[in-house]
Amino acid sequence: MTARTIAAALAVSAALLLSATRPGELAAQNLAIVGATVYPVSGPPIEGATVLVRDGLISAVGMDVPVPADDFAVFDARGKVVTPGFFDAGTQIGLVEIGLESTTVDSRVDGDPVSAAFDVVDGFNPNSTLIPINRLGGVTTTAALPTGGLIAGQGAVIDLTGETVEAMLVKPRAAMAASFGPGAAAATGGARGAASLRLREVLDDARYWASHREAYDRGEVRPLSVSRLDLEALQPVLAGEIPLVVQVDRASDILAVLRIAEEYGVRPVIRRGTEAWMVAEQLAERNVPVIVKPLTSLPDGFDRLGARFDNAAILHEAGVAVAVSSFQSHRAHNIGLEAGNAIRFGLPWDAALRAVTLTPAEIYGVADRYGSIEAGKVGNLVVWSGDPFELSSRAEEVIIRGVRVPRASRQLELLERYRTLDGGHPPAYRGDGDGGPGGS
Amino acid sequence: MIGRRRPFRASALTAVAVVFLPGLGLGASPAGAYAPQDAAGTSTAASAGEIADLLHGQRNGAWKSTYRPLASGPTLIRGATVMTAAGEEIEGGDLFMRDGKIVEVGRNLDVPAGTDVIDASGRFVTPGIIDTHSHLGVSPSPSISSTSDTNESTDPNTAEVWAMHSVWPQDPGFTRALAAGVTTLQILPGSANLIGGRGITLKTVPGRTVQEMMFPDAPMALKMACGENPKRVYGGRQRSPRTRMGNMAGYREAFIEAERYRRRWDAWIEGGMTGDVGDAEDAGDAEDVGDTGYTGDARNSKGPPVRDLAKETLAEVLRGAIFVHNHCYRADEMAQMMDLAREFGFRIRSFHHAIEAYKLRDLLARDTVAASMWVDWWGFKLEAYDAVPQNIALVSEAGARAILHTDSDMGIQVMNQDAARAMYAGRAAGIDVGRDEALRWITANPAWALGLDDRVGTLQPGKNADLVIWSGDPFSVYSRADQVFIDGALIYDRSRSDVQPTTDFELGILPSSGQGGDR
Repeated sequence: MTARTIAAALAVSAALLLSATRPGELAAQNLAIVGATVYPVSGPPIEGATVLVRDGLISAVGMDVPVPADDFAVFDARGKVVTPGFFDAGTQIGLVEIGLESTTVDSRVDGDPVSAAFDVVDGFNPNSTLIPINRLGGVTTTAALPTGGLIAGQGAVIDLTGETVEAMLVKPRAAMAASFGPGAAAATGGARGAASLRLREVLDDARYWASHREAYDRGEVRPLSVSRLDLEALQPVLAGEIPLVVQVDRASDILAVLRIAEEYGVRPVIRRGTEAWMVAEQLAERNVPVIVKPLTSLPDGFDRLGARFDNAAILHEAGVAVAVSSFQSHRAHNIGLEAGNAIRFGLPWDAALRAVTLTPAEIYGVADRYGSIEAGKVGNLVVWSGDPFELSSRAEEVIIRGVRVPRASRQLELLERYRTLDGGHPPAYRGDGDGGPGGS
Repeated sequence: MIGRRRPFRASALTAVAVVFLPGLGLGASPAGAYAPQDAAGTSTAASAGEIADLLHGQRNGAWKSTYRPLASGPTLIRGATVMTAAGEEIEGGDLFMRDGKIVEVGRNLDVPAGTDVIDASGRFVTPGIIDTHSHLGVSPSPSISSTSDTNESTDPNTAEVWAMHSVWPQDPGFTRALAAGVTTLQILPGSANLIGGRGITLKTVPGRTVQEMMFPDAPMALKMACGENPKRVYGGRQRSPRTRMGNMAGYREAFIEAERYRRRWDAWIEGGMTGDVGDAEDAGDAEDVGDTGYTGDARNSKGPPVRDLAKETLAEVLRGAIFVHNHCYRADEMAQMMDLAREFGFRIRSFHHAIEAYKLRDLLARDTVAASMWVDWWGFKLEAYDAVPQNIALVSEAGARAILHTDSDMGIQVMNQDAARAMYAGRAAGIDVGRDEALRWITANPAWALGLDDRVGTLQPGKNADLVIWSGDPFSVYSRADQVFIDGALIYDRSRSDVQPTTDFELGILPSSGQGGDR
């Protein structure tokens, strides 16, 4: 079934029964989502399917799955579409609240182009207003990546629910973030060759350190270019256990990254990859995934002269694993909009869905638990009013770890407060009835 | 010194008297009888248009549009869903255009022999999209320091600069915007300054010069900016403005001076353009009279007042000939700016980046001030923290002029999608937004904000034939602009590479296999 026929079918869908349930009511219950068209991603779509979620995990999916007699709250999702929760392969949600307010920015370490040991977890803010806003748009999981410099630090995979970062963590230290191109060059001396030299030096030192730890602790090794903590943090990268996610655009820069990665046995992931389509064959040969922002069409830098809307489509056609990201934190929920635009420019619909679910999960090594609707996987699901990429559709229910996300956010509170400007008391007397700071 | 520079051409104003003002703007009708006399005693006459040009800084035809439409024949678009942005959505509709204008919109139109017929069944037609806020050409691609021509951030008041003087016509962003159905866009100076300078309205036609892209006889804009940006830029340099109250003092001082300047010029023109304007009080004015090119007795100050580019622009704002476009995020600051406008007797045409317009939508409706907004940008600075995706729908519901703008070289390529998202966000919150209403956010309403609503923004007879044929519903993510017409001429065709303009910049910058495709 194509996206358009789905959209057409859903345009005349039955009344929404989900809205009959009160927020929070089902928080601790097991869920049965019944009657929707389910896109498991790992397999073909199933019309009129049932998805069971028990204790936060998907326990069954299929046409003829019986709903257990008790203990399951039933969602009638006839006419709806169910997909895995969207997984954004790289945002700064929880690391940035207000872009220009430095006291709220914890995504980067200034002053040193190599900060491999930097880990985003301790600075992560579970109370960020970005979290409810983005999850209500269908994003359930994100890789929180550090930015800047040559080697920016370690990112973590996070589910967008929970009161503490520990509770939200899916996988700490899931990737090492880096960049290559004019930014990294500027941070290391100006030339790209300076950046690659520094990268090789750091990886060299990390490899050397691994086999000289005791000598290092005795102070009997040659000088090393970075700190012990950085050297240690790079070990999983050298071991190929976690990917080196490199933000890089120019075709020749991408090839340079592949070259260095091969020299050191590093597993690269290309992020942004504006000119990746120009080296699609090399990427496919080496099984290197690319995280793209489909709404990219301008030669807005000399390393992005080859920008084109069909980057994702060309890469997919060549056999490259493509993930789609919004490259936004405040508006990470636009990941679906980005995927829809990738479809507009030639990416098959199924590949677009995979690009925002299973492929990101594979990139970060969590595909055993995330990215598709299969028994045993984490219950991260979205019930859409229609084609999840269509502008008219909305995420009607977002379920993370088997729990319905409450329909609440700072934006919704502002909307509620200003929905009418009728007389009476000023807007300041409206809303926030649950008593925030200073509330009763 | 008289005639220090070249004398004023005899074909233009050569010392005239005139019955005149107030509210003289571009395109005003002849202002009345003259008793002109030039220095040689020869009678001449200056039209109101010439006087308008003089006051506007466009004397001698300088800085005017040289745009010429591409050739076009009579064309019928047949069988489309015609979305007029004037209240109707006509299924199976036709649109007939000739000589650059829309002639008729309806069903089963009869057209003359020799008319080109485009079968648009299953497709959609809308007016060309209009963006009130773009920096294409002034912050072009590639975005590097040598192309950064948006912010003259050397003084909080740079009313003297004109964005048109920064526009690089070879910005690939223009061709991308065109391919996305945008036909008209306003290029504004940046927001570093309280008063950033003049904006200019362009068509997305390829040109060697900015003059070839200028929308003929479109009012120019004055870009003003509230809030964080000016105080951040100048406060960081230990100079005013460093606070929001410093911002306000800066605007007020500028307009106090501008008002004095306006009065002096208006008095000189009302006095027959030969009299003593009293500039002798300003040291040095007499010597500078020659700069204007007007003959007159400088020693007796018998000439026009000395020109001042910054005050000239602000005086035109006070006369209503230049429209104020005001970057202003917060509701409380919008209210302050409306008071500023009240104090000096000008109008703010549109607030821009009006994140909190929804909080003040009743006042915007009352004072007929438009709000140019994004659908969902937020959080990049504190004054953008209170955004709601229903902003546009709420402002529209309140009867104010709601506009979706971009301020983005990427956003301008998905304005139809952003309007759709704003519409659906509104509907999801129970705000009753119609499709025609949402279409007006990117067509008729921006046309009004630019002072062009008599020419573009709807599909109605007599309007310029600026329109887009979409592959499907323009409110679907999957639809694409198939063909774009400006003044009745086919200017972009997705299926024909010979009707897809390419900028000089993009020639030969990639291996040949890299050219073409979905750029």
